Amino acid sequence: MELWQAFVQMVHTLIPWLDGTVANILIILIKAIVLVMPLMLVVAYFTYAERKVIGYMQLRIGPNRVGPKGWLQPIADALKLMTKEIIFPTKANIYLFLLAPVLAITPAIAVWAVIPFDEGIYVTNLDISLLYVLAIGSIGVYGIILAGWASNSKYPLLGALRSASLLVSYEIVIGFALVTVVMIAGSVNLNTIVQAQQGGIAHWYFIPLFPMMIIFFISALVETNRAPFDVVEGESEIVGGTHIEYSGMTFAVFFLAEYANMILMATLAVVMFFGGWHSPFEGIPYLQAVFAWVPGIIWLLAKTSFFMFLYLWVRATFPRFRYDQIMHLSWKVFLPITIIWIFVVALMTQFQLAPWF
Amino acid sequence: MLENYLPIIVFIFLGLAFGVGPMLIGYLLGPSKPYEEKNTQFECGFPAFDDSRMYFNVRYYLVAILFILFDLEVAFVFPWAVVQSQLGWFGFIAMSIFLFLLVVGFVFEWKNGALEWE
Repeated sequence: MELWQAFVQMVHTLIPWLDGTVANILIILIKAIVLVMPLMLVVAYFTYAERKVIGYMQLRIGPNRVGPKGWLQPIADALKLMTKEIIFPTKANIYLFLLAPVLAITPAIAVWAVIPFDEGIYVTNLDISLLYVLAIGSIGVYGIILAGWASNSKYPLLGALRSASLLVSYEIVIGFALVTVVMIAGSVNLNTIVQAQQGGIAHWYFIPLFPMMIIFFISALVETNRAPFDVVEGESEIVGGTHIEYSGMTFAVFFLAEYANMILMATLAVVMFFGGWHSPFEGIPYLQAVFAWVPGIIWLLAKTSFFMFLYLWVRATFPRFRYDQIMHLSWKVFLPITIIWIFVVALMTQFQLAPWF
Repeated sequence: MLENYLPIIVFIFLGLAFGVGPMLIGYLLGPSKPYEEKNTQFECGFPAFDDSRMYFNVRYYLVAILFILFDLEVAFVFPWAVVQSQLGWFGFIAMSIFLFLLVVGFVFEWKNGALEWE
């Protein structure tokens, strides 16, 4: 930390223009790149992990040709996508067609500005960071609608319609599920929410909010168009959904956005329900001392990896839902449960149920 | 206070760069050999039957309307949720009335079949 402070000082003395605003922007840019570059690397290797994990779950080996045990497979995929031709369909509205992937990935990256990784490690500490996450997160749906509309093709349009109504239905459920977290934490600041969960596993919110945690995770699967809710691109019904007309890097950008969103949802589940950067051994006499040296960010990443693994596990296990069943699940099952649970949580806070309030 | 929002702007521009940059790279590195058949829209190998801007089910529209209603409710509940532990029973009863009205509307639309997909 002192090294970083010294670095910030140095940049400010080197670039004194505009009362240090230029230097500030430069420092934020450095922070952003330090955050986003590893994120992109994780996205690349998440695709590799996905193929490998699902391969082993189906008694296959998965990619194993490029590099030792296939470790270079994501790099090879990236190179392949880069050198593919980008096809511009004649009938497509070309500007909207190209705007759609950009609109998909911009929110997927912009959201990361407010995610806290450790005590005091974040890019910016907004007081309304949770609202920011919800607001920016819902912009992603524009990318999909635009992609479906601008392609001027039937399957993408159908995929976009399905996707749009799925995303908005589950956004309500996610909103209500997160309201319960806010009720307990008494703040919409992600940092404060994590700090409020200090003091061992018993203080994490997944215990009083267990049904909300399950609902949040399932809704996260829907929001990121993952199996078993991937009717949006359900290849047996509408071929590839909104992505059909996209090729090469335009498709890759959608792909990046989708996986970045998956990682974001996993991180958000950890931050909201599983104590963020807090060690699970807090408050346990012997283990706490043994694991005291582990920095918080490692705990956060470990928990996040577990949720990312759950994504793959779910995909390998469950068959695809039918569209009307998914809508049924959202409006007739999840929504009533979340509204009831808001009452339950309100009662729990009124009666001061320990140890969360 | 406002300088907390500067990183957001930087991130949004970075996100734009991450969208435009790869597509530019792909455009420059990739070949470009378009011909008429390749550039037609995909429809299982057939030539397209008719216009793709077709009629679609009105239920999607209905879901969009319901979404606006309920999302507004969520937006209303958030400020209450932040302070509800300090409001005591007054806050609880006030929000109960509010959510009761919401639930009445919800039951109404459920009974009228707005949530059916058939």
